[in-house]
Amino acid sequence: MTTSRTRRAPVHWIAPLPGGRTIRMQRRAVGATIALVVVGLTVSVLAVTTGVYHVGLGDIGRAILGRGDSTDRLIVVDQRLPRTVAAWAIGGAMGLSGALFQTVSRNPLGSPDIVGFTTGAASGGLAAILLAGVTSSAAIASGTILGGLATALVVYLLSSARGVGGERLILVGIAVGAMLASINDYLITRADIEAAETARAWQFGSLNAISWSQAGPLLVAVAVLIPVTLAVSRPLAALEMGDDAAAGLGVDARRVRARILFLGVALAAVSVAAAGPIGFLALAAPQLAKRLARSAGITLVVSIAMGSTLLVVADFAAQRVLSPFQIPVGLVTGAVGGLYLLWLLSATGRR
Amino acid sequence: MGVTAVRPAADQNRVGASATSAGGVRYSRVGELPGGTPRPDEDVRESTGTASQGGRRYLTAWLLGLVALAVLCVLSCAVGSRSIPIGDVLTALADHDDSRESIIVWELRVPRTLLAVVCGAALAVAGVVMQAITRNPLAEPGILGVNSGASIAVVLAIAALGVATPAGYMWFAFVGAGVAAVVVFVLGTSRTGPTSHTRLVLAGIALSTSLSSFIGIITMFDSSTFDSYRFWVVGSLENRTMEVALWVTPFVVVGLGVALVLGNHFNALALGDEMGAALGLTVARVRVLGFGVVVILCGAATAAAGPIAFVGLVVPHAVRLVAGVDHCRNLALSLVAGPILLLASDIVGRLVVRPAELEVGIVTAFIGAPVLLLLILRARTGRS
Repeated sequence: MTTSRTRRAPVHWIAPLPGGRTIRMQRRAVGATIALVVVGLTVSVLAVTTGVYHVGLGDIGRAILGRGDSTDRLIVVDQRLPRTVAAWAIGGAMGLSGALFQTVSRNPLGSPDIVGFTTGAASGGLAAILLAGVTSSAAIASGTILGGLATALVVYLLSSARGVGGERLILVGIAVGAMLASINDYLITRADIEAAETARAWQFGSLNAISWSQAGPLLVAVAVLIPVTLAVSRPLAALEMGDDAAAGLGVDARRVRARILFLGVALAAVSVAAAGPIGFLALAAPQLAKRLARSAGITLVVSIAMGSTLLVVADFAAQRVLSPFQIPVGLVTGAVGGLYLLWLLSATGRR
Repeated sequence: MGVTAVRPAADQNRVGASATSAGGVRYSRVGELPGGTPRPDEDVRESTGTASQGGRRYLTAWLLGLVALAVLCVLSCAVGSRSIPIGDVLTALADHDDSRESIIVWELRVPRTLLAVVCGAALAVAGVVMQAITRNPLAEPGILGVNSGASIAVVLAIAALGVATPAGYMWFAFVGAGVAAVVVFVLGTSRTGPTSHTRLVLAGIALSTSLSSFIGIITMFDSSTFDSYRFWVVGSLENRTMEVALWVTPFVVVGLGVALVLGNHFNALALGDEMGAALGLTVARVRVLGFGVVVILCGAATAAAGPIAFVGLVVPHAVRLVAGVDHCRNLALSLVAGPILLLASDIVGRLVVRPAELEVGIVTAFIGAPVLLLLILRARTGRS
């Protein structure tokens, strides 16, 4: 971080928002965002056009407009498009959620999966699938969101008994997560093999079975949550300087933190409801975004773009690496993300 | 190595050495919690009492533990989907005949009980050793990813080589546990400065997550591997034969023996690397030996019963409340306390959802996770 002081002041880019508000970003962050979106779009086009059944670019346009071949329409509009769109939405939500948690806990490891929220959301979903025996995606989603919120509340209350310390939040989250993971394992051993396989595939996090009935509500939720979060998170920069400094600037640290944590949990829970817990995305996206944008702190917008692009790319890999066998994308991000976290640990503190 | 001079704090009090400070230093090393300063605790208070008091308490605990263990062993032979009255259990144990009770007891319950005792002792002692060599009170085979290393090796053995018996899993579990332990220790400890507690734990979690994703990919391909694996992975003592129990026992006995011999060296190590070296300790050698002990004990227990988390975390902290800071006493007491916890968890698991069973690994996680939580909550936040 010493280099950031000697570097010349970053050039800012200011965009007006409705209601007289503005978004301020460093120019490099804007460049990073655009680059990420371009990469994401390129891979998305690849994902939609190629596969076992190839569709030309022109045919896609026609299919989306409701004209053209009915097979094209079925494959593109009903199968590949919802999946790609969901990957953008979930990736963005996870990236933003991770960025919020990491900023509030002031720790790169304070992401929703490390602190047990995604495990809790999974417990809720598994309980809905295996205990309540529900099959509708709306019911599973409600179970997931309830599970995630309940876990978040428990972790928050336990770790804030004497003020939310970053390290404490993480350790409490790990403990609660470990307990919930054993509940999840238990639920899976209790199910018959077929239900267990379904539940497990879901538990890994997968976009394989996404249709518009899941992608639609997800899009609505994300379209509401992301702008609200960006608007609410303006005092986050003040919070990063410490509670006392924030108070000096007239920011009520506790209230801001609680509000931001709630939004972070909501974003994570909505994602898990749609695709199951996709590991490490929320952890890695803000960190990679920070490195790409070379910013001192975590930038929310770049984190969103990074999350989306990572998930689009990971899902493309999950579809094609062992094709025709489809790996759940959560396994790809979990395997790669775990190794990335190990590298992160060895890179920090060994300098 | 000749480090025999290091005695527990309570004993040093009797000798009249600078006991308070020695005890204090040692406590802050051993019992320190994440980023925290040492807190006043029973251990420190005990070290200001007389030696005979501490010694008597420890001996009493040990004897009571033995009695409790004996009672639990008999109970373990009696309880199950088909319960057998205690009297009949004792008769069946006394003469090994063809009666139905005798067959159930000898074929099912005795191997299971023996396995619980052996694995309980192995995991608990491994926990003490791990916490001693890392000086990290959260160190535990499950948390540090040693179990997941063993797991992926076992999955590979089932999926790729068709290995089907716990005796066959054993070698794979050893190798997997060893490799995972090396990776976590190398990445989780920094070359400069003190090791952060969180760091080591996170290295373990990162490795576990990554490995379990790879396990997921392997088992997705192969339904039959998944079907045997999903029961192995929760940690269970069910349906293990006498052969399995006898197979692991020698490994565990060797591991326990080496651990007990190392007890005094751990005491010296607890004073810090420099102090330890000044006392004539070859710090690196003790670490490597301790490390080997952890791998043998965890590998054996995991091969036989599957990954069982939290026994290695809970027992060391529990025995420290009674035995204070001396590692020799802690190790000896863990030998009794580990089997008690595992056996009691197994019996509870057999009772709560009768006639079905709750796997012992799930029960220990239910008991262990709140203890971990309690440890974290009791610690003062050093860094915010």
